[in-house]
Amino acid sequence: MAAGFKTVEPLEYYRRFLKENCRPDGRELGEFRTTTVNIGSISTADGSALVKLGNTTVICGIKAEFAAPPTDAPDKGYVVPNVDLPPLCSSRFRSGPPGEEAQVASQFIADVIENSQIIQKEDLCISPGKLSWVLYCDIICLDYDGNILDACTFALLAALKNVQLPEVTINEETALAEVNLKKKSYLNIRTHPVATSFAVFDDTLLIVDPTGEEEHLATGTLTVVMDEEGKLCCLHKPGGSGLTGAKLQDCMSRAVTRHKEVKKLMDEVIKSMKPK
Amino acid sequence: MEGVMRTDAKMRTESGAESSPRGPGCSLRHFACEQNLLSRPDGSASFLQGDTSVLAGVYGPAEVKVSKEIFNKATLEVILRPKIGLPGVAEKSRERLIRNTCEAVVLGALHPRTSITVVLQVVSDAGSLLACGLNAACMALVDAGVPMRALFCGVTCALDSEGTLVLDPTAKQEKEARAILTFALDSVERKLLMSTTKGLYSDAELQQCLAAAQAASQHVFRFYRESLQRRYSKS
Repeated sequence: MAAGFKTVEPLEYYRRFLKENCRPDGRELGEFRTTTVNIGSISTADGSALVKLGNTTVICGIKAEFAAPPTDAPDKGYVVPNVDLPPLCSSRFRSGPPGEEAQVASQFIADVIENSQIIQKEDLCISPGKLSWVLYCDIICLDYDGNILDACTFALLAALKNVQLPEVTINEETALAEVNLKKKSYLNIRTHPVATSFAVFDDTLLIVDPTGEEEHLATGTLTVVMDEEGKLCCLHKPGGSGLTGAKLQDCMSRAVTRHKEVKKLMDEVIKSMKPK
Repeated sequence: MEGVMRTDAKMRTESGAESSPRGPGCSLRHFACEQNLLSRPDGSASFLQGDTSVLAGVYGPAEVKVSKEIFNKATLEVILRPKIGLPGVAEKSRERLIRNTCEAVVLGALHPRTSITVVLQVVSDAGSLLACGLNAACMALVDAGVPMRALFCGVTCALDSEGTLVLDPTAKQEKEARAILTFALDSVERKLLMSTTKGLYSDAELQQCLAAAQAASQHVFRFYRESLQRRYSKS
């Protein structure tokens, strides 16, 4: 009977749960789904990470290649993110050129990388004006169940921490690059941006980590990206119902606690990998 | 043809209660708005903020493709064309921001299974482009007579390296700024409809910028009201 009610009146079905301050899957309004992360699973990539936020599964693979540095910034390298939402992850995506959702997510990740200064682009330069690294970050969603932005940001961060770049020297006589695959070093990750997404219901209620159904029923969404010092890299609110300053404050405090949770998880995983 | 009306308004605002002693006072640039300047769209508006200018045209409520129709409300579509080059991923992202902002205020339930298309053309970019685009879109929707529950306006704040707030920054100020925050606020309760930011800033700075933007939005809404009053009082 509950299943019938849910099909006919999904919003009313939801409101019954929200009145009791919980959600159909049993979570509190401020609770995240179980987060799991797996680092270094793709051996052909220079760095990789798989993140699962409940059912939402996102995998990020990073490949490093050579490129000529940009002419207006000869001492910088490139970081090129791309988010792909294939038809595999959800029935609403068709094959073909990237849809709007994928483009918006790619732009969001590019903004986070640039705003948070997660890597200093100068670190990617091998020889100013001649050679630099370009990191292609491919983020692919394997299962879409809401809150894609949080999962992508976390996957990107975990994969970047896993990237090992070989040492490159420029041979002066031949002017060719010599790559020493035996000597690899990790990237210098300066900050750890963590995204926290909220969905707004009926213009008043804020719930954290919306699932696919909740996103569909919500009247607005909000994503806050925070780094460890409490500085905000991105406040992404693409329209939807209005929010007051006080509600924003609540979101900030939740984002701070989420950052601590994610950082702890990351540190545990990195520690378990190090002995290699 | 309806009278073309140009309203010039030079506004000055101080940032909130604690105006910092360093730096110049916060002021919005000179703005101007022209409505009903295009003959084919149902509504059109050109919004100027200093040297930044955006032209908006609205078609709707009009027929919608069956694949895109929503049974109980209007389908909103926003197309943003940059001044030079083909639209790219950044334009798609901005289109999504403007579209969701319009969807929050437009009463789509009054026109189910129709489409309302907002087309924005960047005429010149001298800073605060997204805010100017939002203002132009709002004025064009009003000109087209699309039913809305509130008006909205866009305000941009820039924070420089010392933490001084500058409202409605020019292109040069944007380049030198540490952080640029763009907000869309609604006219009824000054709630935050849309926000997009660039750069690093703290929570306190965010609240400060939001308060300054809310104060500045009052001037923009007053300008909307005056320009519409002047337009309709002539005819």
